[in-house]
Amino acid sequence: MSKLDSKIPEGPIETKWSKYRSTVSLVNPANKRSLEIIVVGSGLAGSAAAASLAEMGYKVKVFCFQDSPRRAHSIAAQGGINAAKNYQNDGDSVYRLFYDTIKGGDYRAREGNVHRLAEVSGNIIDQCVAQGVPFAREYGGLLSNRSFGGTQVQRTFYAAGQTGQQLLLGAYSGLERQIGMGAVQMYSRHEMLDVVNIDGKCRGIIARDLVTGKLERHFGHAVLLCTGGYGNVFYLSTNAMGCNVTAAWKAHKKGAFFGNPCFTQIHPTCIPVSGDHQSKLTLMSESLRNDGRIWVPKRKEDAEAIRTGKKNPNDLAEEDRDYYLERRYPAFGNLVPRDVASRAAKERCDAGYGVNKTGEAVYLDFKANMMRYGRIEATKKGIHNPSEAQVNALGKDVVVEKYGNLFDMYKQITGVDPYENPMMIYPAVHYTMGGLWVDYNLMTTVPGLYALGEANFSDHGANRLGASALMQGLADGYFVIPYTIGAYLSNEIRTQAIPTTHDAFEIAEKEAQSRIDKLMSVNGAKSVDHFHKKLGLIMWNKCGMERREEGLKEAINEIRALREEFWKNVRVPGEANSMNPELEKAGRVADFLELGELMCLDALTRKESCGGHFRGEYQTEEGEALRDDDNFAFVSAWENKGNHEWELHKEELKYENIKIAQRSYK
Amino acid sequence: MSGNMNITLKVWRQKNNDDRGKFETYSVPNVSEDMSFLEMFDVLNEQLIVEGKDPVAFDHDCREGICGMCSMFINGRPHGPLNGVTTCQLHMRSFKNNDTIVVEPWRAKAFPVIKDLVVDRDSFDRIIAAGGYISVNTGNAQDANSLPVSKINADEAFAAAACIGCGACVAACKNASAMLFTSAKISQLALLPQGAPERQQRALNMVAQMDAEGFGSCTNTGACEAECPKGISLSNIARMNREFLGASLTA
Repeated sequence: MSKLDSKIPEGPIETKWSKYRSTVSLVNPANKRSLEIIVVGSGLAGSAAAASLAEMGYKVKVFCFQDSPRRAHSIAAQGGINAAKNYQNDGDSVYRLFYDTIKGGDYRAREGNVHRLAEVSGNIIDQCVAQGVPFAREYGGLLSNRSFGGTQVQRTFYAAGQTGQQLLLGAYSGLERQIGMGAVQMYSRHEMLDVVNIDGKCRGIIARDLVTGKLERHFGHAVLLCTGGYGNVFYLSTNAMGCNVTAAWKAHKKGAFFGNPCFTQIHPTCIPVSGDHQSKLTLMSESLRNDGRIWVPKRKEDAEAIRTGKKNPNDLAEEDRDYYLERRYPAFGNLVPRDVASRAAKERCDAGYGVNKTGEAVYLDFKANMMRYGRIEATKKGIHNPSEAQVNALGKDVVVEKYGNLFDMYKQITGVDPYENPMMIYPAVHYTMGGLWVDYNLMTTVPGLYALGEANFSDHGANRLGASALMQGLADGYFVIPYTIGAYLSNEIRTQAIPTTHDAFEIAEKEAQSRIDKLMSVNGAKSVDHFHKKLGLIMWNKCGMERREEGLKEAINEIRALREEFWKNVRVPGEANSMNPELEKAGRVADFLELGELMCLDALTRKESCGGHFRGEYQTEEGEALRDDDNFAFVSAWENKGNHEWELHKEELKYENIKIAQRSYK
Repeated sequence: MSGNMNITLKVWRQKNNDDRGKFETYSVPNVSEDMSFLEMFDVLNEQLIVEGKDPVAFDHDCREGICGMCSMFINGRPHGPLNGVTTCQLHMRSFKNNDTIVVEPWRAKAFPVIKDLVVDRDSFDRIIAAGGYISVNTGNAQDANSLPVSKINADEAFAAAACIGCGACVAACKNASAMLFTSAKISQLALLPQGAPERQQRALNMVAQMDAEGFGSCTNTGACEAECPKGISLSNIARMNREFLGASLTA
């Protein structure tokens, strides 16, 4: 335990951050000009950090593997961003957002970090509005809010179903402004392949130019990994195709501890799998649960009849439907947190009530609320005694405005019109709460190496609440790192830029090159995707929504065997010295094949259920997650010992402001 | 792979920017109508890898129609036959058994081909860097609700901000003009009070950068609007012209 120092400031929770912020060391403007910072990844955390640091005067380089920083996967976030503004006058406060987040994370997140997140949440909204982010507004011209899971207040700001897009384009515009002024150098279509440590400090990276295939060396006084999550270890997830763990994993192998790798979020409302050809899964925003009711048939015969096409869901009378979330969790109903909603869907489907061909789908039904909206609109318009069709049409208009793009997307993918038929949904891998272990300054266990946003483990515990990922990414980038990086860089002002001819760069580049050569030279018979799909299946079946000791042990052996086969039998076509998407994928899958083992090991070690980590052996009589606070109230921080061996370090979690209790949404 | 459609693809292959490039013909059997267009390309590439050939390079990432990376010119139309849909959201149920489909990269001087169907769209980033922002440093902002914005303007700004920067407008235009892309950003910021202080300089700088990149002029054909997967309206171009003219007269 001795190796971990979380550096949480002393003092009462309400003043920890404000006091620390006012006392943390500063770097004077003249010195900032000679300090170089590398930012890897251009999503919300990366773009926000890069723009903010460049505005302060640091020299910044940004790397992303896409063709433009605007493509980072933050762009796909749909529903919204939380902030404790209390604009709705419904009892929200910094404390309540803090409390909801700790409880939602099933008491496995740090109090200090989460309180800071809640404190800066309001500033984020201010900043975004000032940038021209077009949030939804009411007729009076003020900002609109909606509800998300795990809370009973309306604190979610949104821009239709494209909140992530609008926030990222805001951060991107700030970044492009700095690029235009020459304060940031942008390297798109570049992938980081290793970090370079010199005398125990992180001093740069090795990156591959994805167009020419050339390896490059880049020096930085500090390196910020803002590279997102690793959900693609499951092959099928709501992540973009290119999302990967490579940057974080290389950092892990160079000394950064990995925190809570097994904490994965399975999102309850995604479009179900349609066949073997499936390359990714598409999320239907949690905001839909504001107005959609989730149900399956009450009787198995009806479920069977629907599966075989003999019955239509619209034929089922109200009393023949089981609104199982409303039944099991009357206080939160359809707005229980994601882990709870996902498990409840799995439970119904496993019991034989699933409603599509594969038996792995439940309904998300808008009919009731559409009619309710229709009646409200009719009243507003002064239409007395409206016909059923009129109410339906008026209600549809409201739904179109709120969720139009999501409904269109659903129809495009499934070929079914969700205005006429209830949506079919099923849980899918969405987000990883685990990530590189960081202290309060967001620094990993390697000095000078930071992790921001989804890439770190810090704020969401064992389960993230909806609309909190955008909040955390922007908090880290805009309002945390600009202050906390001073604690480190103020001691680096005498460090001259290290020439990239240094031995450490030489060696790191050679290693990266030899790995590429090795991948190109296997020349086996199977494609990279073949291995990726196999890995995904192992992870989904044995380290997915429910994990058990036996399955996890099997999974570890299967992953080891698959990894061995990969290095003997993978085929990477083309050349290394030009654009080669298969080579890019091969490097990423090779890293997933190592990460998967650590995730299973972490899940095996954590003999309790908490949040998204549900161990079948540890559940209450009602089938809820059964935590073991006496033995597992800690963060798992895994140190890489080489050769696929790890040592576990524990960071004890202390709850001084919130009474730790069994999470109840009933 | 449970489908029953047989598809013939004529795909543009070009090793790199120096290569002349040419069409290659491939047949893809057993295509399912539930596959997305890109999933069909995954199947084709899997086939090519097994045969020891070089797979087709194409840009794609989110596969849910929002990142703007996918960019195929399908049967003469950017993003294919449907309106309001990106390539990644196009599904094979929009095609018939035994169809022959021609697939090319975006073609424009300002979008040079990198490989096969992959083009370089950095010029779009440079247009944004020239002025597609509001100059507000982190920490400068006032309370978000201290600046009311009429819902009509906010909604219109949002509609313009929905642009995903894919470049379909340029690919669709006979002049390879980037007016729809540039005007969408200028409009979004011109419609909001936050964008007012810089609106003139913004219009001048972004238009100058757009011209410097080698994009063509607008002749009001409207192909850009028709092919835009996000329904960005031609009225944005009219607004940009007003902004630009107004700025030129006072500058």
